[in-house]
Amino acid sequence: MSSQQIAVIDYGMGNLHSVASALEHVAPEAEVLVTSDPAQVSAADRVLFPGVGAIRDCMAEIKRLKFDELLREQVASGKPVLGVCVGMQALMDRSEENGGVDCIGLLPGQVRYFGADLKDADGQRLKVPHMGWNQVHHTHHPLWAGIEQDARFYFVHSFYVEAGNPEQVAGTCDYGTTFAAALTQDNLFAVQFHPEKSHTAGLQLLRNFVDWNGKP
Amino acid sequence: MALAKRIIPCLDVDNGRVVKGVQFVDIRDAGDPVEVAKRYNEQGADEITFLDITASHEGRDTTVHTVERMAAEVFIPLTVGGGIRKIEDIRRMLNAGADKVGINSAAVSDPEFVKAAAERFGSQCIVVAIDAKQVSGEGEAPRWEIFTHGGRKPTGIDAVQWARKMADYGAGEILLTSMDRDGTKNGFDLKLTRAISDAVSIPIIASGGVGNLQHLADGVLEGGADAVLAASIFHFGEYSIPEAKAYMRERGIEMR
Repeated sequence: MSSQQIAVIDYGMGNLHSVASALEHVAPEAEVLVTSDPAQVSAADRVLFPGVGAIRDCMAEIKRLKFDELLREQVASGKPVLGVCVGMQALMDRSEENGGVDCIGLLPGQVRYFGADLKDADGQRLKVPHMGWNQVHHTHHPLWAGIEQDARFYFVHSFYVEAGNPEQVAGTCDYGTTFAAALTQDNLFAVQFHPEKSHTAGLQLLRNFVDWNGKP
Repeated sequence: MALAKRIIPCLDVDNGRVVKGVQFVDIRDAGDPVEVAKRYNEQGADEITFLDITASHEGRDTTVHTVERMAAEVFIPLTVGGGIRKIEDIRRMLNAGADKVGINSAAVSDPEFVKAAAERFGSQCIVVAIDAKQVSGEGEAPRWEIFTHGGRKPTGIDAVQWARKMADYGAGEILLTSMDRDGTKNGFDLKLTRAISDAVSIPIIASGGVGNLQHLADGVLEGGADAVLAASIFHFGEYSIPEAKAYMRERGIEMR
């Protein structure tokens, strides 16, 4: 196969260096483009949609740049698309963060706050943000190939996805509540954790994404 | 299933070289922070903290370059602290590939800086570093004050109140160093760690004083720390990261 292009969508929200260098690490033959040019995104073979920071600022930039439409087109085209962290949250209907923000609505569901008095099953207080390595219980999907069941990934977030369609949940994580750590619909896959910071398991997921044909 | 507690080796870096020395058995250049970070990454460290102690302006450019090289090869979270005073400093470090920045003195001189940084970049990447010393006398209720400039400058600010304020201002995590214990190898100040951990809802990294593996476990079990940071016990090969994790697991601590 000739060298493929992977577009990492840049909408000005923080550091894309890590995710780009992780992709370059797992796919040295691919061309990784960190880009805000819709033509480059459309021409790419696969698309990674990252995100960090506050959802209000993220959505404001996404809408200003009309990247919500761009993402819809990319997903409709059938090419593999991966959302990461706030990039996953932005795909949902709506987020509770910043007093309530409408999101892109490519996947049904809400983004909820963990809450200031989060507790585990034994009544122990849990810190928020949920920060560190937690286990993901995953379904059967090509993006989990070669990844152990309940492998740990690196999370850092205060809001989590409550999926609107349980059939789209591709992985769950427990932190005071059981939440969607991964969602998928056809050629779209989204993860709450940071695969680019999750060492072996995370790099394996990115490698699987690079090899993915977009079919479940 | 539960969130794992984290072990974080800390590298002090001056002009692109690890100082205080790091001695691995089978590593040629233990002064190169990228080589050291790669080694810790392979051993299973949960994050890396890079403390930039470079004073000169030119040295800062070296730091940015070192962070870039590290981020290209080490795929676990990387925190860079030291000399972060302006929004531009944060932007530079994040663009170079750091995941979080540690803010210490600049937070004390201008707390609004923490708020602005958290709003601009998100709380997830803002670590407020607190250097605290016990100031209460014998028989008094324990009280700690924060110090800046490497523990030399008292501020008159109560450490517990300061931690609460920083959490309110948007810090995503607190790196708590006991100035009384730092370098002593007598273990963390567990009362301090517990007091700060109980006072805020954000994660706490305990630092300062680790001399053995029991100290690491005590930081979590007694201090209530979410992560433990250590330098010399790992750098000089006294203990490896896997040994530390095995010990903490034996003590019933969830580990990756």
